[in-house]
Amino acid sequence: MMSGSFWSMGFWSMGGYARYVWPCFACGLAVLAWNLWSARRFRVAARLRARRAATMAAGEQS
Amino acid sequence: MWTWFYKLASPPYVYGAAAALVPWFLGAAALALGVGLIDGLAFAPPDYQQGDAFRMIYVHVPSAILSLTVYTLMAVASAVALIWRIKVGHAVAAAAAPIGASFTVLALVTGSLWGRPMWGTYWAWDPRLTSELILLFLYVGVMSLRSAFEDPGRGDRAAALLATVGVVNVPIVHFSVVWWNSLHQGATIVKLGAPSMAGSMLWPLLSMWLGFMLFFAAVLCIRLQGEVLDRERQSAWVREAVKS
Repeated sequence: MMSGSFWSMGFWSMGGYARYVWPCFACGLAVLAWNLWSARRFRVAARLRARRAATMAAGEQS
Repeated sequence: MWTWFYKLASPPYVYGAAAALVPWFLGAAALALGVGLIDGLAFAPPDYQQGDAFRMIYVHVPSAILSLTVYTLMAVASAVALIWRIKVGHAVAAAAAPIGASFTVLALVTGSLWGRPMWGTYWAWDPRLTSELILLFLYVGVMSLRSAFEDPGRGDRAAALLATVGVVNVPIVHFSVVWWNSLHQGATIVKLGAPSMAGSMLWPLLSMWLGFMLFFAAVLCIRLQGEVLDRERQSAWVREAVKS
């Protein structure tokens, strides 16, 4: 088990490697968050483009 | 079996299946990542040589494995699209590329963060690190090539060709630590024989690995929906789908 409980300094200092360990996990979190955000944004934009194309096609038919 | 395979080539089927799978993949990924994170940070014992610095393995290894897995998937999808002229193959490859590139960047950055305390340097022109950097360049090349053509069909074919040829780098990355002298440690998990790691350290890693894979599947499905909508914009089923 990790040296020190969750609330103790032992946990947060990561045995003296905190300046490497925490940025590593922060980078992981940032990449996961970016992937989710950008994928959703891409899908929303694609839906808008498709809707615009559908509206134009309907306009041409009428 | 073949009916199911043919269904995979149908854009409306792929769009619907991807939409249905996203919440399941995301929920399972959140669970696996949560368990892996708590177990890896709070309960796994420190390594006898690397101390608590070894915990970086829980981000670095899943992202490095994913960088290779995603490239292989992209190459297979590209080859399927080129050989059988299945358009969904191009859509899968296009959706996978930015995700794979981001996980390659993550593997390189977390590797650097791990390298500083262990090797005394953030970067070395080591075979593993260099071949992983080439993998990133391949991802960037595939994405750039796809968008470099005015005709999307030509862009797809050129990108698919590069993705298929570039897959030769995947075994080079994996076996670089065996074929050449490397600062990087040898295979611990993905190798013949049992993993050379204590169970208390291994289980959180497997949980994080599963979580990263499920997360990739979820994000791929979301991006794939967008790709299919873009490519099938003129189809009647897309007009119906975007009405609501």
